[in-house]
Amino acid sequence: MPMIDIQAVSKWYGPQFQVLKDCTTAVEKGEVVVVCGPSGSGKSTLIKCVNALEPFQSGAIHVDGINLQDPSTNLPKLRARIGMVFQHFELFPHLKITENLCLAQEKVLGRSRDEAMTKAMALLERVGLKDHSHKFPGQLSGGQQQRVAIARALAMDPIAMLFDEPTSALDPEMITEVLDVMVELAREGMTMMVVTHEMGFARKVAHRVIFMDKGEIIEDRPKEEFFGTPRSERAQVFLSKILAH
Amino acid sequence: MFSGFDFDVIWRSLPYLFWDGMSFTLMLTALSALGGLVLGTLLALMRLSNMRVLGAIATGYVNLMRSLPLVLVIFWFYFLVPYLGQMITGSERPLVVGAFSSALITFTLFEAAYFSEIMRAGIQSIPKGQVSAGYALGLTYRQVTGYIVLPQALRNMLPVILTQTIVLFQDTSLVYVLSITDFLGAASKVAQRDGRLIEMYLFAALVYFLISFAASRLVRALQAKTAIIR
Repeated sequence: MPMIDIQAVSKWYGPQFQVLKDCTTAVEKGEVVVVCGPSGSGKSTLIKCVNALEPFQSGAIHVDGINLQDPSTNLPKLRARIGMVFQHFELFPHLKITENLCLAQEKVLGRSRDEAMTKAMALLERVGLKDHSHKFPGQLSGGQQQRVAIARALAMDPIAMLFDEPTSALDPEMITEVLDVMVELAREGMTMMVVTHEMGFARKVAHRVIFMDKGEIIEDRPKEEFFGTPRSERAQVFLSKILAH
Repeated sequence: MFSGFDFDVIWRSLPYLFWDGMSFTLMLTALSALGGLVLGTLLALMRLSNMRVLGAIATGYVNLMRSLPLVLVIFWFYFLVPYLGQMITGSERPLVVGAFSSALITFTLFEAAYFSEIMRAGIQSIPKGQVSAGYALGLTYRQVTGYIVLPQALRNMLPVILTQTIVLFQDTSLVYVLSITDFLGAASKVAQRDGRLIEMYLFAALVYFLISFAASRLVRALQAKTAIIR
């Protein structure tokens, strides 16, 4: 049974505009899947459906065997087991870095302050930001904030991690520091679904690449095949555009 | 120019003016601001909720309160609350509600409408991604609201909330119509008793001005301090 199972998911905004068309794919345990495609192709929407931040009208998504749309599913409980990293970091600006990492550990997992703090400090050390633990998010650079956001998600001991364009709001010189953390995570065997344009990252650690356009999954193939000879013309055009420089 | 005036009357009545009058005014201001903020926040959350009925109730309430003159509301509550209390408790006579309680209930209910608009703006100023991030961590609606949205909304809106409280401080003088001894009521009683209307009303205006002015300067100083670094 795959960790994330997406079956024929369709989503409309209003009666006319369809953002997702019959999307079907799966992410196995320990697998790293990169989702790419032109902007507006629905890749961010798809990843947000996986932890039910976005509703969808038809199809089904199972995470670790649990059906998202089953009314008896405890969504907060399920979401707590899936880490999510956002394009704009979304650290809580009124809380210190440590409080950002401890809040959900204490309120959702019921850990004690000490326990949560120990976990937080270990993770901050891992992303190289232990010295900044007492600061507020606004005092850190974009790259540092995104590393904190990854640490915050990891603090919940997630079974899978979702990344929604984690580097596209960053200045170029900060992208590497974030990707390094993600590469390390991938090599440790974390199940990851990553929406990104960073093809270097995809080549390095992805097992599979999904290419989306206009709400459809056009290609869903092992990395080597995808970068070797993309079958669809649209994927070829897309790749030639991002890899041109 | 001031030869016909007797400013000594102010000096003589100071303890009465401040000990009886001003303490009532300040107490009423503080408590109804607090009550209005709590109720107003609830109304704002109702208006922003997905539940249509709750939203409609809150919208109706806010629009009603904002369309009525405060003096009318004060009168109505003063005369109505005893009878409402009688209906609820089922006693034989109209319930005796003290002037302070009556004024407090009125101002809390009235100010809640204004605070709810302030809090609604404050809540809407929080980026949606903040809420998503909270949910993604497994927090519930209540937790996201209590730990993430409201603390930031309050911080962002603090200057506006305090400014509204200064307006409220001035508005509390309207309880004068119920012959309550707030600061203006006390000043007015002394003025009538001693026939020193000009002196007392001048002094009352000066006190209201000084307190309001000093408070708004304080708010400005505070504004810089409480801003969240983003």
